Amino acid sequence: MQQFANPRRFLRLVALVEPWAWSLTAILFAVGLYMSLIVAPQDYQQGETVRIMFVHVPAAWMSLLAYVDMAVASAIAIIFRHPLADLAAKAAAPIGACFTFLALATGSLWGKPMWGTWWVWDARLTSMFVLFLLYLGYIAVWHAIDDPARAARIAAIVALVGAINLPIVKFSVDWWNTLHQPASVFRMGGPTLHPAILTPLLVMGTAYLALFVTLHLTAIRAEIMARRLRQMELARADAV
Amino acid sequence: MTAFRAVIARDLRLAMRQGGGAGTALGFFLTVLVLIPLGIGPDVALLQRIAAGTLWIALLLSVLLSADRIFEPDHDDGSLEIMVLGPLPLELIVVAKAAAHWLVTALPMAIAAPFLGLLLNLDPNLLLPLGLAMLLASLALSLLASLVAAVTVGLRRGGLLLSILMLPLYVPALIFGVAASSAELMAGSRGGALLMLLALVLLALVIAPLAGAAALRAHLR
Repeated sequence: MQQFANPRRFLRLVALVEPWAWSLTAILFAVGLYMSLIVAPQDYQQGETVRIMFVHVPAAWMSLLAYVDMAVASAIAIIFRHPLADLAAKAAAPIGACFTFLALATGSLWGKPMWGTWWVWDARLTSMFVLFLLYLGYIAVWHAIDDPARAARIAAIVALVGAINLPIVKFSVDWWNTLHQPASVFRMGGPTLHPAILTPLLVMGTAYLALFVTLHLTAIRAEIMARRLRQMELARADAV
Repeated sequence: MTAFRAVIARDLRLAMRQGGGAGTALGFFLTVLVLIPLGIGPDVALLQRIAAGTLWIALLLSVLLSADRIFEPDHDDGSLEIMVLGPLPLELIVVAKAAAHWLVTALPMAIAAPFLGLLLNLDPNLLLPLGLAMLLASLALSLLASLVAAVTVGLRRGGLLLSILMLPLYVPALIFGVAASSAELMAGSRGGALLMLLALVLLALVIAPLAGAAALRAHLR
């Protein structure tokens, strides 16, 4: 981990990996979308709308993964003062927020024909919504503080407090109200889904994971460049 | 311990002499309660059903509104830096500020809320559970308010940021608070909700001072 503390070395690695990562993402999405939109059978109850699940469920997985990524990067930044961890956490936030929004939006598109309403205050929807608010708050902290070093410390604290808060929110809203179907892939005793549905779902999950990793690498690279640009502008302003 | 008491006493005195003490927060609380029937309609049965929830929302809003006063004035006039240099650890300063905020803002509202609930035709059987739940929850609210106030101290447009950061933290307290004072549940689960509120208070008592002090240090570095 420490050997990538040097931005130059990290950038060299990214330049090497990035084209492959983007190609892999594109191939996985092509295969996954073909499998889920054309090969996978209709559901006998839900008909074609079941296909929304293939874009909805992986987006929800990635929204949580991105938060875990952000929280771990923040913890590393606070404990080890790793210079790239701040940037990694900052870069993960907008991606995670987009995945969360995607999960909420596709879920609502699915909810309209299934439950007859765009939105219900069900436990999972509510905790996803709170997750979305946590992302927005984290991003807002970065924008509200001018000095990057100070912003990084404060944002890391916000991310970690949010990481403690999130399971409590999840637990309390579960207790409060539950309508959403229970988890059916990651559970004790193996998945309950039929393989014809499960396989495309897992391929789509892998595709989303590849997309997240690739976007994250690209976003960290952009953050490093933005910081360099800022330093160059500061140096020029000093010279004048 | 003397320094701890001194910080609380100073805040109480300041609140009494310049902010009107508990008056402002209570006034806001009352305003919200008057506006609700005007917005929803005077139907007594409907008001009775939403009374407890309305009181909770009003409490959360009043705490939110007063939260940016916890560290902001001290940051502006420089006394926060004196406190940081003083003998008391920054973590305990955060606790002291939260305690002062609770005494001035949250405690008077938690005491007044059940009686103001009569304005909304609150079920008299709920007076005691509601008061108890609000006493407990307001402790957690004040601690979390001091945490978020420490995070946003000295920022332009900090008030807006404060509300975005604070509302997700208030969700569990609101849920268990409402559960502890709701008419529909069994008495047993009401006690369970009170215990959960107590757990939230204890958790906030650990997290808020640590994270709040870290945020203050980052700001004043």
